[in-house]
Order: sequence, then C-alpha cells, then structure tokens
Amino acid sequence: MLYALKIASRYMTSNKAQSALLIFGVAVGVFIFIFMSALIGGLADYILSRTAGDLSHVTIEAEARVPSLLLPDEKGAVLLVQKKDTSREARLSSVDAFIPVIEQLPGVKAVSREITGGGFLKRGVQSAQVSVTGVEPAKVSAIINLKSYLVAGTVDLGPGKVLIGKKLADDMSYRLGQTVELQADTGISQSLIVSGIYEIGSGGPDRRQVYVSLAVARTLFALPQGVSRVEIKLADLYQADATTARIKAITGLPATSWTENAAQLLDALKAQAQTGLMLKSFALITIVIGIASALLLSTYRRRPEIGIMRAMGAPRSFVVTVFVIQGAMIGLAGGLLGAGLGYLVLLAFPGREAFKPGNLPIDITQGAYGLAILLTVISATLASILPARAASRVDPVTAIGQ
Amino acid sequence: MTEPLLDVRDLWKTFGEGDAATQVLKGLNLTMAHGEMSALLGPSGSGKSTLLTILGTLMRPTSGRHTMLGQDLTSASDEDLTEFRNRHIGFVFQFHNLLPDFTALENVILPTAVREGRETSAARARGRELLVRMGLADRMDYLATSLSGGQKQRVAVARALMNSPELVLADEPTGNLDRAAANQVMETIDRLNREEGTTFLISTHDDKIAARCRRQILVGDGQVTG
Ligand SMILES: Nc1ncnc2c1ncn2[C@@H]1O[C@H](COP(=O)(O)OP(=O)(O)OP(=O)(O)O)[C@@H](O)[C@H]1O
Ligand SMILES: [Mg+2]
Repeated sequence: MLYALKIASRYMTSNKAQSALLIFGVAVGVFIFIFMSALIGGLADYILSRTAGDLSHVTIEAEARVPSLLLPDEKGAVLLVQKKDTSREARLSSVDAFIPVIEQLPGVKAVSREITGGGFLKRGVQSAQVSVTGVEPAKVSAIINLKSYLVAGTVDLGPGKVLIGKKLADDMSYRLGQTVELQADTGISQSLIVSGIYEIGSGGPDRRQVYVSLAVARTLFALPQGVSRVEIKLADLYQADATTARIKAITGLPATSWTENAAQLLDALKAQAQTGLMLKSFALITIVIGIASALLLSTYRRRPEIGIMRAMGAPRSFVVTVFVIQGAMIGLAGGLLGAGLGYLVLLAFPGREAFKPGNLPIDITQGAYGLAILLTVISATLASILPARAASRVDPVTAIGQ
Repeated sequence: MTEPLLDVRDLWKTFGEGDAATQVLKGLNLTMAHGEMSALLGPSGSGKSTLLTILGTLMRPTSGRHTMLGQDLTSASDEDLTEFRNRHIGFVFQFHNLLPDFTALENVILPTAVREGRETSAARARGRELLVRMGLADRMDYLATSLSGGQKQRVAVARALMNSPELVLADEPTGNLDRAAANQVMETIDRLNREEGTTFLISTHDDKIAARCRRQILVGDGQVTG
C-alpha cells in the first residue's frame, strides 16, 4: 500500500501539467456541485421564508360545524349554501391549559393565541370591511414578522391601539396617531388609535387585515375566555407535520400543519430540489468520465512500465492499487480545490440576511462541502477501477516489446 | 549428480492458430546447472526471446515441461508464477528497462519493494551496495532518464540481482550499446556470476559477447542445436 502510494504520487508529480489540468477539471465539477447545493438550498429557504416563513406552521383552529345532511335518495343532489357565521366563530375554550405544554415541545419557537373575526373600520361616512386579529401584544411579531414590515409607527399593541395595512391607510387616508372606529360583526365597536402601519407587499393583508390586542378583541367579539385559534411557529418548518401529530396526540386539539394547504409550493420545491440533484449528478458523472478517460490514457502510456513491474514480480493487485490510489488522489485534490474555490466564490454573494429580490439567493452555508469532497473521492476511486483493472491485465511480454 | 537449476523437456510454442499458426519452439530440451554463464545464440526469429520469456515465467509454453529449482512451473497458477519470478528470476531487457520517473536506486530496489509493500532501509542498503558494485556510486539518485544507455543497463543488471535470484535472463542486454559500454556491462555480469554464483542466460547476436560466456547454446529450427 505504502509503496503503491509512492508510485502513484510519483506518477502524479512526473507529469505536473497533466495532473494539474485533471485536478482542475475535477475541481470545476465539484464547484458546480457546491454552487448548485448552495443555490438550490438558498432558493428553497428564500422561497419558504417569503411564503411559509410568515405563516403559522401549525395552527389549532376550532372546526366550523357543518350541518349534517340526509340525502333524499341516492340520485338526489343537494346544493348547500351556508353563510359563514363570522359573528359567532367557533372557539377553543379548553386551549389555555395546553399552551404551556405546547410551548415545551421541541422545535416550538412561539405560540400565539388569537381571536379573529370580521368588522368594519369607520371614519366619518367612509367604512371598510376588515378582518380583525387579536393577539397578545408581546406576540405580535411571533408568527408573521410584522415589525419587519412596518413603514410607520411601532408594533405597540397597548390598550386602544390598532395596527393597519398601508393600502387601507391610503384608501381611507388614515395617518399614524389618528383615532378610528372599529365595529365588530357583533355590533360592538371601539375607538382605537393607529399605532403602526405595515406593508407586507401582498395586497390582501395590506388592505383587509388589522391587528388589535387580545384584550380588545375579547371585548369586540364578546369572548371573555377562550380563543378562536392558536398559531405555532417552529424553528424548522419541515418539522411541522411531525409536531402537528404530536400536538394532536398530546392535546387532542384539531391541529393542522401548514403543509396541508401548501401542496403546490411543496411540489415546486421538490421539483426544484430534484433538478438540483440531477445537475449535481451530472457534475459527478462528468468527474467520473473525466478521471476514467484520463487514467485509461495514462495506463496506456505506461504499459511498458507496468510490464516491467509485472516482470519483476509485482502482483496484479499491486498494479490495481497504484492506479486506484492515483484516482483517489485526483479526487481528493480536485475535491479540496473545488470546495475551496466554491467557498471563495460563494463568499462574494450577499449573505442570507441581505437577500434582495432579483439577487441569486445563494446560501454559502448550504454548499455541502464535505459531501462534495466525499462523493468526489468515491466517484474518482470508482472511476479508476476500470482503467486500473485494464492496467493489471497488461501482458508484460507485449508491453515490454520484446 | 546434483539437481540442475532448470530443466525444460519437449517444449513447444505455437503462436496463432490454423493457417496463421507459427511454430517457434518444436520440442526444445535444455538443462542448465547452478552457476552457469551461458550465451543464447541463433539467427533472428529463431525463438531466443520466446524461450527466455517462457523460462522467465512471463509466458506459458503450448506444451512441454518446465521445472526450476525442482518446482514444476507448467502447472503453477499465475499468482504462484508471479511470486516465483519475484524471488528466483531476474530480467534484463534490451529496451524499456527502467521506470523513467524513478531514480537509479529506486529502480534497483523495485523487486523488493513490490513484495514488501514499502522501501525498507535494508532494501535501500542492498540497492546501494549493488549500484556501487556496478560502478554507479555517483549516479544513485539520478533519474533513470538522465542516465546514459550503458548506465541504464548496469542499473538494470543491479535490479535483476536485487532479490538474489538464482537465474538472470538477459535478452540482448547490450544490443543498443557501443562496444565500450557493452564491455562494461558484461564485465559486471561476469563478476557477479563468479562472486555470487548467479546463473546467467544471455541472448545475443554479438560473437564477442558470446565468447565471454563459458557455454554457448545455439537455437535453430525450434530446438537446441548445439
Ligand atoms: N506474440 C507473438 N505472436 C506471433 N508470433 C510471434 C510472437 N512472438 C514471437 N513471434 C514469432 O516467433 C518467432 C520467434 O521470435 P523471437 O522474438 O523469439 O525470435 P528471436 O530469436 O528473439 O529473434 P531476434 O534475434 O530478432 O530477437 C518470430 O518469427 C516471431 O515473429
Ligand atoms: Mg529476440
């Protein structure tokens, strides 16, 4: 082994230009691998943070009761139009006891109790229909990061405060500090001061959504206790399904994972990951073909030398070892070089926090450097087996050319 | 009577098949004793190289019996032949003799290194000693490519002796050397034969080289003719 290693490294250093070119070729493949890993990973995170990042990952919501129906006969059809009864939302009355339990579950970052309902925002003769969400003031940015979307004011949801969207503010000419009248579907209304204006960027929430404190919502919707839903944020949103199952098992509450309503998004991400996998496989295949052909040429050129070694009593296995080691060395050198190169190039891209729309959302931490090096060494070793076996079968008599 | 070093009986070698078949060796018999110094002579194409590669276990005869050191090599496996070759037979070829990327010393210790899997200091010492005896003390660490033709062949002789084999087969070892270099190579071979008792079988077209050997084996028409 040691001696085979010596011969292999001598072969590498004896033709430096060729070895360097080969290693560089492998490094380019590794670089592509790393770049794709960082890009696909970064892209997935970026898309998720732009979409599911602002979602509740697990939501516990009381099921709206659907009236049971009896079909008149087998062929009959029933069209049921049910008006959503927003004034008396189904509510979770027993949830409070479970909150500390849920907060203790691994991977749970935040738990937010909310009361939701419909209402009208009024100012003089103008009025706009809005969805009202009551949250605990401390948790206002726990699920959707409202603070980061703020364009005016603060996220302070003290008593008598309301947060509204930018579009709504523009439509109604509301300004910060103004007093507005919020009338809930229950008919109860309250005067509130606009303490903050946010712009999430998607039209819906910016025009329709307002946030008040849980206390205000209790009054507005006449809910002295219980909440209408609990939103839960996880450290790892891919754990949502597992955590949902645990919450259901422990609490018996009707929890749903964000993934249940995000099949399309998940499919797209899966397709994207598969594309990345394919490109990475191509990069590895290129490495294999490159190394195999280069080594095949090299063993052909060294036939007389192989013949001499065999004539001197070197076993076939020794010849195989020499060239497999050479392949592994090329793989290791190319892997390290490619990984180093990849890291340096990725450094030039803005970090995760500084993604801007239009930039490639490359995540340097997702370069899979170790995996790239490992796979390259394995590929290179496998690639060298065929040439190495061919070399070991060289007939010493014809190779030496007697 | 002591056992001969090697003995071949009724050795046949045919290349190709059918109409294209060439019978090179046709029932050749040869016995060599320990310590012989023999020249292998014969016209071009008579089968000298063929005989040497068979004796060196690099090629199997079509039929016949090949014994060396009392071992029947005709029926031995490839692995056994490789090992046998490593321990008991040394080669000197006319061309392509040395590994170009390695120094003279590294080339010399190759037969031991491939067996032991590493270059031991004992092997290095033996290699140095052999190179000194070849008159190459000042060329040990030269790359093979930077040696002259005569120096290369003397390195090859040193390498052939590295594992102290009983038999060294040399196929026109001086074939592409000038007279002076050829003489130097032959002198070292001659000395090693006398000092170490190593048996040499040297194929050559050169009468002067043949004259330095104590026995001349003449090959013709696929047989030993004298
Ligand atoms: N692998 C082979 N396939 C076919 N024919 C071969 C092969 N090797 C040798 N021969 C033939 O066998 C015959 C003997 O060849 P060999 O090389 O043994 O002769 P030689 O005595 O060494 O000749 P020279 O003095 O020219 O070196 C030649 O006719 C050659 O063409
Ligand atoms: Mg010949």
